[in-house]
Amino acid sequence: MTTAPSFPRPAVSGPGASPDPAAGTPAAQGPPPPPPHLPRGTGRGPRRRWARAVLVAALVLATVAFVYPLLWLLSASFKPRAEVFDNRLVPRTFTLDNYVTVWQEAPLALWLGNTVVVTVLAAGLVTVSSALVAWGFAFFRFRGRGPLFGLVLATMMLPGAVTMIPTFLIWNQLGLVGTNVPLWAGNLFASAFYVFLLRQFFLGLPREPFEAARLDGANNWQMFWRIAVPLCRPALVLTLLFEAQASWTDLMRPLIYLQDSSTFTIPRGLKALIDQFGPGGESQWEIVVTASVITTLPMILLFFVGQRHFVEGVATTGSKG
Amino acid sequence: MTTADVVPTLPTPPAAGGTGTQPPARRRARPSPTERRERNAALRFISPWIVGFLVFTAWPIVYSAYLSLTDYDVINDPTFVGLENYREMAQDPKVALSLWNTLVYTAVQVPLYTVVALALALLLNQAGRSAGFFRTAFFVPKMTPPVAVGVLLLLLFNGQYGIVNEVLSWFGVQGPSWTTDQDWIKPGLVLISLWTVGAAVIILLAALRNVPNDLYDAARVDGAGFWRRTRAVTVPMISGALFFVVVVNTIAGFQMFTEAYSAYFGAGNSTYRNDAALFYVIYLFQEGFQELHMGYASALAWLLFVVIMLVTLVQLLVSRRLVYYEGEQR
Repeated sequence: MTTAPSFPRPAVSGPGASPDPAAGTPAAQGPPPPPPHLPRGTGRGPRRRWARAVLVAALVLATVAFVYPLLWLLSASFKPRAEVFDNRLVPRTFTLDNYVTVWQEAPLALWLGNTVVVTVLAAGLVTVSSALVAWGFAFFRFRGRGPLFGLVLATMMLPGAVTMIPTFLIWNQLGLVGTNVPLWAGNLFASAFYVFLLRQFFLGLPREPFEAARLDGANNWQMFWRIAVPLCRPALVLTLLFEAQASWTDLMRPLIYLQDSSTFTIPRGLKALIDQFGPGGESQWEIVVTASVITTLPMILLFFVGQRHFVEGVATTGSKG
Repeated sequence: MTTADVVPTLPTPPAAGGTGTQPPARRRARPSPTERRERNAALRFISPWIVGFLVFTAWPIVYSAYLSLTDYDVINDPTFVGLENYREMAQDPKVALSLWNTLVYTAVQVPLYTVVALALALLLNQAGRSAGFFRTAFFVPKMTPPVAVGVLLLLLFNGQYGIVNEVLSWFGVQGPSWTTDQDWIKPGLVLISLWTVGAAVIILLAALRNVPNDLYDAARVDGAGFWRRTRAVTVPMISGALFFVVVVNTIAGFQMFTEAYSAYFGAGNSTYRNDAALFYVIYLFQEGFQELHMGYASALAWLLFVVIMLVTLVQLLVSRRLVYYEGEQR
């Protein structure tokens, strides 16, 4: 949140933003005059300490609820089949067999490799293309810019389900169904959400360095690449991280586009393992559990690497809505 | 710099706008060479989006509208059938079922999710220095791939061995069969969705920290207690962020797919009933990509589009009455 105050808050026209500052309604929602005599605790000291204790207890309880399932999963992956459901946090019998079995049962290395390729391409391409487009909207003035940017924002409201089938037919026409190209190639063309996010950052840049560079004979490309991009590195990292997460965890598009097990990404592979070993299958939960850990762990690592970016990034997305 | 700034400076064509009262246009109607160069440079930067918009948004919208009026199985050419698909939808019990499931899920999940997010954000806002640690802990589940969330749902909510029912039994409550009892499948999905509430908590916490302290001081001086302050100061002041959380979650709720599909559908799950987890997009996916009823699935997609648009529109209209935006923010 250290970066938040430096963002300008421009009046965004488009769906999702309904500026209504002039209306008298907010007043009705504002703090009403409180009744004159509300009872109030006097003994501040002990009361505050109690309140503090309740607060800490609630926070700890919530933390347990949030973190425990992940620890449960990790712990279960080290248990033999009979003990998977014993709900003990520390395995009674510690074994690495599940990892060996999963590795033998499924082409995990291949799946992980596929996912890394798709994730890197998807995140890299969407960051570059969205930065270009965002810069086009942030730096230049031209007639029709407002409506055009409104159109960008409008596409954010479009449910993915509407374009899902024609998009599939396009890739089918190109003979690329069955390859991982449809999982990342769309990212060559920028994504409205990131364009919006990056434009906000670009708008926050001072104009002087660019005027100076222009006087020195720099062209538009040099101004973008040499000045704007380095200055907005945190926003670009944020875009990379967000898209890496979205791409790594996506199940729907791999379900649509990938048929052969050798092309699977890791979530698609995990789904195949659930089908084979989960409910209705052979009920070998330890395999499903272990594969889930392998699918999830890279994301947890990604989070701890980019923790600050994630938390601040999510915080800013809300304030722009 | 923003749309609002640009519009007034747009040159007015003298022929059209030449009604003596207007101030003289500052620029000529024809774009000057500088303006044209600026525009062309901008369009070069924007071109990736323009191409993507035409190919992956505009064309699919038009084409899916056409497809919804056809029978199409990908192999043979589409045959035009008029409104037959829509007529069929009106009688398809699975459309009614999946629409019902989706509406019920969204109607329960969105308010619950928002209230839990707000409660946790309020807690964090009081936490002082340790807020950072707890904020991280709350956010971590959000990193879990939804397909693994589906696995966790099946395991933690297992009727016989699951830890959820074990915890309930400590309090003498006999928990239901969350994952097989048709009446409890959706509540289970709602509860597991609360586990990934972290992002909304962070958004609301950021909004809470922007509420000026003097408002609270004033309320305190007036004798307002914690609840009163929350209701009268906090909620109105962060109503913009709350609205954002509600809208985004509603749209996501209507497109619920991965967690339910991962847990209840797929090759291995054809043996037991999963009617209660048949969400609209799951049915759309089955019709389109498993049955290859591309025309019918396109019609389904259009119905979803219309429903989401209507709901969002209603929310926008309601928000005009309820949401307070600070003057300088907008």
